[in-house]
Amino acid sequence: MKTKKQLLNRYMTYIVLIGVFALVTIGVETGIVSRHMRSLLVPICINIIMAVSLNLVIGFLGELSLGHAGFMSVGAYAGCLFSIHFEAVLPTFIRFPLAMAAGGLTASFFGLIVGIPVLRLKGDYLAIVTLAFGEIIRSVIINLDFTGGASGLKGTPQDSSFAWAFSIVLITYFVITNLADSKHGRAIHSLKENLIAAQSCGVDINLYKLMAFVISAFFAGAAGVLTGHNFSILTAGAFDYNRSIEILVMVVLGGIGNINGSILSACVLTVLPESLKFLSDYRMLIYSVVLIIITILGSSQRWKDIRSSLLSRISFKGKGKVKANANE
Amino acid sequence: MKKFASFFLSLTMAMSLLTGCADKNGGSAGSSDSTDAQTVVIGGSGPLTGNYATYGISVRQGALLAVDELNEKGGVNGMKLELKFEDDEADTTKAVANYATLMDQGMDVSLGATTSGCSIAIAEEAKKDGLLLLTPSGSQKDCTKYDNAFRVCYMDPDLGFYSAGFIKDNGLASKVAVLYDKSNDYSAGVTEAFLQRAKEIGLEIVTQQAFTNQSNTDFSTQLHAVKASGAELLFMPIYAPEAAYVLTQAGKMNLDVKFFGADGMDGIIEKIGEENLQYAEGLILLTPYSADSQQEPTASFVKNYKENFNGQVPDQFAADAYDAVYTIAACLEKSGAKPSDKDFNEKMISAMTEIEVKGVTGTMTWSKEGEPTKPAKAVQIADGAYKELK
Repeated sequence: MKTKKQLLNRYMTYIVLIGVFALVTIGVETGIVSRHMRSLLVPICINIIMAVSLNLVIGFLGELSLGHAGFMSVGAYAGCLFSIHFEAVLPTFIRFPLAMAAGGLTASFFGLIVGIPVLRLKGDYLAIVTLAFGEIIRSVIINLDFTGGASGLKGTPQDSSFAWAFSIVLITYFVITNLADSKHGRAIHSLKENLIAAQSCGVDINLYKLMAFVISAFFAGAAGVLTGHNFSILTAGAFDYNRSIEILVMVVLGGIGNINGSILSACVLTVLPESLKFLSDYRMLIYSVVLIIITILGSSQRWKDIRSSLLSRISFKGKGKVKANANE
Repeated sequence: MKKFASFFLSLTMAMSLLTGCADKNGGSAGSSDSTDAQTVVIGGSGPLTGNYATYGISVRQGALLAVDELNEKGGVNGMKLELKFEDDEADTTKAVANYATLMDQGMDVSLGATTSGCSIAIAEEAKKDGLLLLTPSGSQKDCTKYDNAFRVCYMDPDLGFYSAGFIKDNGLASKVAVLYDKSNDYSAGVTEAFLQRAKEIGLEIVTQQAFTNQSNTDFSTQLHAVKASGAELLFMPIYAPEAAYVLTQAGKMNLDVKFFGADGMDGIIEKIGEENLQYAEGLILLTPYSADSQQEPTASFVKNYKENFNGQVPDQFAADAYDAVYTIAACLEKSGAKPSDKDFNEKMISAMTEIEVKGVTGTMTWSKEGEPTKPAKAVQIADGAYKELK
């Protein structure tokens, strides 16, 4: 059962997301948003999908996955190959969702392959194996012919747009939040809280671990398809270990288990390095310092106190508003 | 509710960050419009940080030198040139974002990107804008797929083709071993064409050895295999840092073969260092450019480059970028186009196939397909310095 407050919170997120989408679209149409920012819209959506789906594994299941970019690359290649082969046969509005499904399913298939042997183990094995998986995938793709090898896969139609990417964000958000609230979601969550207690209540550990893992891989694959259709070339090198860590950082900064936080930190961390460009050589230095500061602040109790005291004032007003609405 | 309030607040903050940037860039685009009549903005993208930083830095410096020289002479047709160069870390996402930033800043001609993958991604965008794109070092075939895209360097397959021909024609060897970087598109592309050409003209390939960027410091396995294969010559289309390891390790195990490299290996004398220079003795490189050439304009280019950039010796990338800027200048002169012209892009693109540029990488003309025609030169390292062959 969701409380009224939670429900409201969720609806508000949809409203805010759609509001932002509408604002940005108006901005793009009227030319207020610069071309530079326009080119970042799809990458922002891709990172949101990646961060939210990784949060399912890290935040709700409580397992550390370091190979999220690996699933992304599998999905990207599967989706792009699908699109290349069916470009002449199917119109875009049918082909692109199908490519997305193909990419997502291939990624979740690989999630299953990696997951079955590993999720039966305890401890940090998942982190190590997913890390290795990402690297293996990259080597395999470079050595295969039909993926274009080291020179990359070319000729994918450029179908990604902000509207497509945004709809996938909404779908991801819808599926993952609803899963988290469902019976299955609570079972997944119970594994993180106390494995033995969950087991004693008859929760099928392997099933639920796999479920979270496979769903997370599916959306990573879909994000990969979006990436592949956003540029005219797809190279395996883009999905390396660093990419996985980048997404992990987004999840950690946004708050483990906090979906809204993931959305926000994905936006900020995509825009931040780009907007620091004018600092040229000091950019990477400042970016890292900002990351360290946010992480330290995020874990410090005093900052949390300050933040909550600040927020409580705002939310008092917010509560008044809600009551007024309810009375109407 | 608290959670929602914090989320909303932060989203607003993020949005203000976004719009803030938009304002800033929009403003600069507006301001550059007013000066457009006097300035031709050349925009480039390349890795200035990360694993491939040396290439991007070389390209930026080479282009910068050419822009400064041209401006000192009073510009082209009375117009000043301006170089704007952005860091893409060899990442396609960042390269495309850079292209958009540069367009915001009023870019008139694009130097594409330094690395092939990024250049291909940018070409797609430049095609939509109809901009002249001249990549100094994007060597993959698809970099010049569209009519508006040209390149200064050789296309990868051509290099492999010429190399095989050169080895055969000069009777350097009949049994050839190949060592290449499988994870690198340049290396893999050259090798593929080399193997195909070798087969056609009857060179015997005795062994193919590969490595990846994960294992590019220890080559003993590959070198032992080359030794066992009885090869007379080792063809290695790889970059100078790896080549330095290969040559040193081969020298220490007394591997008695001839070494043959391509333009990516330019700068090997610097990389291998004084104490190991003996191992590079006899190495042959097929490259349109060599830094020790006494001929003009190469000699003065090298001299000026050293003066401007702390005594660094310009490599292939710097030379290509330098030529790219002079090529753009030649186009401006030939067409007489101004950035304020409505058909500026069309004029520039049609001028590309009409000009002849005497650059530091040779005298070049361009085909409609965007490929340069220039003579390939072979240089050999003798007594610790490059010597031109023939």
